[in-house]
Amino acid sequence: MVATRSARLLRLSAAIALGCVFVGCAQPKRLYHWEAFQGQLYEYFKADTSSPEEQLRILGAQVEKARASGAALPPGFRAHLAMLYLRLGRDGEAKQELEAEKVNFPESAQYMDFLLKRMTAPKS
Amino acid sequence: MTMSALSPGAAVARWSALAATLVVAAALGACVTPPAPYDYTAFRQNRPLSMLVLPPLNETPEVTATYGVLSQVTLPLAEAGYYVVPVSLMDETFRQNGLNNPAEIHDVSPGKLREIFGADAVVYIKVTQYGTGYRVIASETRVTAQARIVDLRTGELLWQGGATASSSENRSSNQGGLAGLLVNAVVTQIVETASDTSFKYAGIASQRLLSHRNNGVLYGPRSPNYQKD
Repeated sequence: MVATRSARLLRLSAAIALGCVFVGCAQPKRLYHWEAFQGQLYEYFKADTSSPEEQLRILGAQVEKARASGAALPPGFRAHLAMLYLRLGRDGEAKQELEAEKVNFPESAQYMDFLLKRMTAPKS
Repeated sequence: MTMSALSPGAAVARWSALAATLVVAAALGACVTPPAPYDYTAFRQNRPLSMLVLPPLNETPEVTATYGVLSQVTLPLAEAGYYVVPVSLMDETFRQNGLNNPAEIHDVSPGKLREIFGADAVVYIKVTQYGTGYRVIASETRVTAQARIVDLRTGELLWQGGATASSSENRSSNQGGLAGLLVNAVVTQIVETASDTSFKYAGIASQRLLSHRNNGVLYGPRSPNYQKD
């Protein structure tokens, strides 16, 4: 009788283990939609292959995709768009993205305000 | 009822005993020097909302190491539940203040970092291996990094740890004799260098370094598991 119980237990744990292998459990859903973001950050830093315009185009497509699927954009995503707009002299759009970063991530407020203040300060 | 050694019941008993032995042996084998469980006292007392990851120090011959890693640290920390200060804007802010290299940036006072970036904690990273090396028998691409997280409000060390990722982890060794191994090593090095394989392994190493894991960072405020660990 002991053998029967341990046999059942062994079969059950084997079934769970196999199930985990096929179903891939212990993989929690991600909080954010990452896609091209980090790759584009690298492209930005390398500054040797693609232009800010191209990077904006790729990231813009990701914004649309995230909006369509209701997924959240990661911390720093909108702020990085602001960086690209600043590179292109498109200050108005940069400001909008910094404000949007603040709205979505209030923890960013101090740094966003620091940047916004410098943008409106008279250039001397 | 007596059990003959050949009955199904006895077989199961033998397999479960063997399985138990293997599990214990594996556990012992993996724990020749078991990592001491991390002391999270300071981390728990000073739960940061946000992380400022400075451009990593580069102790490798590969110039791309700093930004290869910096580009990929946001994901693990954000998924763990932290706000991560935007790395491209941060880098630009340092440059506009005359700070162009990680060593200088790592020397900026915590007070100044807190004042400008408003983050609760700063992450100092050092990359000690980055790139594809020809190692006679087999080439491998490896990225190794260490990190320290320091609270910008109290100055306390919250966490430190290290991680590595390598292309030799998954590669099968069935390459047709020694000559095959040598040729493959050279070909691998050329292929892996050309396609910036280092970037891929920098991503894996960064995730291993800064994700929530055994002895890793605690869950942050934006995680559904916040304060459950």
